[in-house]
Amino acid sequence: MSTVIKGARPYGEGDPVDVLIEDGVITAIGAVQVPEGAEVIEAAGQVLLPGFVDLHTHLREPGREDTETIDSGSAAAALGGYTAVFAMANTDPVADNAVIVDHVWRRGQEVGLVDVHPVGAVTVGLKGEKLAELGTMAASQARVKVFSDDGLCVADPLLMRRALEYSTALDVVIAQHAEEPRLTVGAQAHEGERAARLGYTGWPAAAEESIVARDCLLALHANARLHVCHVSTSGTADVLRWAKDRGTKVSAEVTPHHLLLTDERLATYDPVNKVNPPLRTESDAERLRTALAEGVIDCVATDHAPHAVQDKDTEWSAARPGMLGLQTALSIVAETMVRTGLLDWRGVARVMSERPAEIGNLADQGRPIAAGEPANLTLVDPDAEWTVRGAELASIAANTPYEGMRLPGVVTATLLRGRVTARDGKIC
Amino acid sequence: MKHLLATDGLDPALATAVLDTADELKHTLLGREVKKLPTLRGRTVITLFYENSTRTRVSFEIAGKWMSADVINVSASSSSVNKGESLRDTALTLAAAGADCVIVRHPASGAAQRLSEWLAEPGTSVVNAGDGTHEHPTQALLDAATLRERLGSLKDRRIAIVGDVLHSRVARSNIHLLAALGAEVVLVAPPTLLPYGVESLPVTVSHDLDAELPAVDAVMMLRVQAERMHGGFFPSAREYSIAYGLSERRQKLLPDHAVVLHPGPMLRGMEIASAVADSPASAITEQVRNGVHVRMAVLYHLLASEGATA
Ligand SMILES: [Zn+2]
Repeated sequence: MSTVIKGARPYGEGDPVDVLIEDGVITAIGAVQVPEGAEVIEAAGQVLLPGFVDLHTHLREPGREDTETIDSGSAAAALGGYTAVFAMANTDPVADNAVIVDHVWRRGQEVGLVDVHPVGAVTVGLKGEKLAELGTMAASQARVKVFSDDGLCVADPLLMRRALEYSTALDVVIAQHAEEPRLTVGAQAHEGERAARLGYTGWPAAAEESIVARDCLLALHANARLHVCHVSTSGTADVLRWAKDRGTKVSAEVTPHHLLLTDERLATYDPVNKVNPPLRTESDAERLRTALAEGVIDCVATDHAPHAVQDKDTEWSAARPGMLGLQTALSIVAETMVRTGLLDWRGVARVMSERPAEIGNLADQGRPIAAGEPANLTLVDPDAEWTVRGAELASIAANTPYEGMRLPGVVTATLLRGRVTARDGKIC
Repeated sequence: MKHLLATDGLDPALATAVLDTADELKHTLLGREVKKLPTLRGRTVITLFYENSTRTRVSFEIAGKWMSADVINVSASSSSVNKGESLRDTALTLAAAGADCVIVRHPASGAAQRLSEWLAEPGTSVVNAGDGTHEHPTQALLDAATLRERLGSLKDRRIAIVGDVLHSRVARSNIHLLAALGAEVVLVAPPTLLPYGVESLPVTVSHDLDAELPAVDAVMMLRVQAERMHGGFFPSAREYSIAYGLSERRQKLLPDHAVVLHPGPMLRGMEIASAVADSPASAITEQVRNGVHVRMAVLYHLLASEGATA
C-alpha cells in the first residue's frame, strides 16, 4: 500500500515536494514517481507537519460515555491533526491499575484512528493518599509513560516527593495539575479585578505558582522528570524559566484556550468558559504566548474536556470545568502564534508534535519528515478558514467556547503510519 | 427596563427614575388605610428563593400585592430543587405556567443573568434578589432611596461601607449605584474581607474607621456571617468589634447630619452598638419601609410602564 502527497511544503519551508509513503514509512521526498495504484493526495499550497501529539486529553471512557468515548474522541483527534493522544486517568473507574490502562490502550488500537496512550493515576483513586502501582502500569501492555492525578493536584509534598523519586526508576514523567487546594476552596474564576466585580470566588495565580515552584524544587532534589500541566499564569512562566536555568528536568504545556481566551469572558456567566485552571488576564495570555515561543513552555496540550449539556448549561458554580479542544487546537495556535509571527510552522511542529512526543516518550511520533521515518503526518491548509460549530464536531459533547468563531488553519489530512485517518473534514 | 440584574452598568437616569417612582408611590400610599393600587392586576409575579431570606422575600411579596399582582412564593425547600431539578428547568416551568416576572435569590453569582437568558424566549422579566457574592440591586436602590430622603441628594456625598465587602452582594450593588449617582464610596474593612482586585472598583479603601468617620455623610454597616468569624478572616469577634464595630464612642466622631444604615439582620454589640442602631441617626427601619416602595417601583418599571422608560 503506497500513498503520495503531492506538492506540499514540509514545515511550510522551501519548494513544494512530493512525499512517497510505503508500508507506513516515508520512502522518498522530492520528485516522486507515483506507483501504480497509489493513493494520491493533492496538497498544493499546504503545509506538511509531523502528526500532532496531545499530552492532555480527556476521553471519558470508561464512565462517561455519554460525553465522549475512545471512538468519538479518536475521531475528534484525527480530524484535529493528531496521531497520538494521552488519555487522562480521571475516568470512572480511575485508571490507577493495569486492567484499566490496558483496556483504554486496547480500545484505542481497535478504533485505530490515533494512538491512545493511557495516563496512569499517580495515587490510588486520585485520592492523594497512596501511590498507585506505577511500575505495574509502566510494565503493562499499555506501557504507561505519563502519570497524573489531573483534575486534582498531588498536594501532599511528601507524596509528591515519593512519586517523583519512584518515577526515576521507571523512566516515566509525573504530570502535575498544579493547584494548591487550600488556596482554591470554592474557587470559580481567576482571582482579580473581573472576579471582584462579578462576584466570583477567586482562584489566585499563586495557587498554581506555589505548587509549580515546590514541585520544581522537589524534582531537582530527586533528579526526576516533572511535567507541568496547563500553565495558566505569567508567574508560572517565571518559575519555569528559573527552574530550567538551574537544570531542573521540567517540561510544561499550555492549552490553546489559555493562549487565546481571557477572564473578559467571565461577564457572560456562561459556563462554556469555565475551565480549570481558569482563564486568566490578557497580560497572562500574552506572556504564555511568548513563553511558548521561547521554549520556556515546551508544548501545546488541549485539555480536551467534553461535558454533557446538563453539566454545562447551568448556573456558573454548578457547571463542570472544561472545554473541547482537539479539533480547534491547530486553528487556535495558528491564530495566536502563527498569525502573530511568534512561531513559524517549524515552531508549530515543535510545540504540537516533537516536544510532546519527547515528553511522552514516544519513539515513533514527532519524528522528522524524512525518508526512513514513520509516516505520522498532518496536512494543514494555512490560508483556509472555517467556522466552528460545536454540534458538527466529532465529539459527543459540544462544549466549545469558539462557537461561531471564524478561525484560520484547516487540517486537510491526517496520516497514522501511512494510513489516511482523516481527510477534508471526514474520518477515513 | 426588561430585567433588573445588577446596578453595575445601570443607567443613572433609569435608576433615578425608579427612585422617583418609589417616592411617588410612598406619597400616594401615605396614610391610606387600604394600600392597594390596581397597576399590576392580572400579572403574575413569582419569588423563587434558593436561600432563606424572609426579609427580602416578604418585602417583594408585599410590593407585588400592593400593586394587585398575583404573587406566588416558591422556595427551595418546597420546590423540585431538592429532587435535583436544574435551575434552568425550574425557570422554564415557571415561565410556562405564566409568570410575568421571576424574582430570584440564588447562592450562585450570575444565576439571575443565566435565568434572564433562559427566559428570553418566553419574555419573562427577571429581578435579581441576590446572587451569590455578586449583586443585590434592589437593596442598593432602597439604600439610595433612604439616603436621598435623609441627605437630599447623593451628589458628592461621602459614604463609608464597613465590614465584609468580600462576600457582600449588598456592597457590590451599593458601590456601583452610589458611584453612578455621584457619591464617593470608601470601603473600610480588614484586608482579608476585601476582594483581591478591589482597586478596580470605583472606591477608596481604608482600614481605619476612626479616621474616616468625621468626613462621611453616611456609614453603611455590613453583616458579618458567623461562619466568617471561624474561617480565619479575622482573629476574633472581639478584635473585629474593636476595629470595625460602630460603637457609641465612634458614633460621636460622625458629623451631626450623618446617617447610619444596616441591611440587616444586625449583630448588635459586635457590628453595631444597640444604642447606635436605635439612635435618631439610624435609618435602619426606614430602609425596610423604603424597600417595599422601591420594589413596587421596580415592578412598575418592569411590568407596567411599557415604553415609558428605557
Ligand atoms: Zn487539569
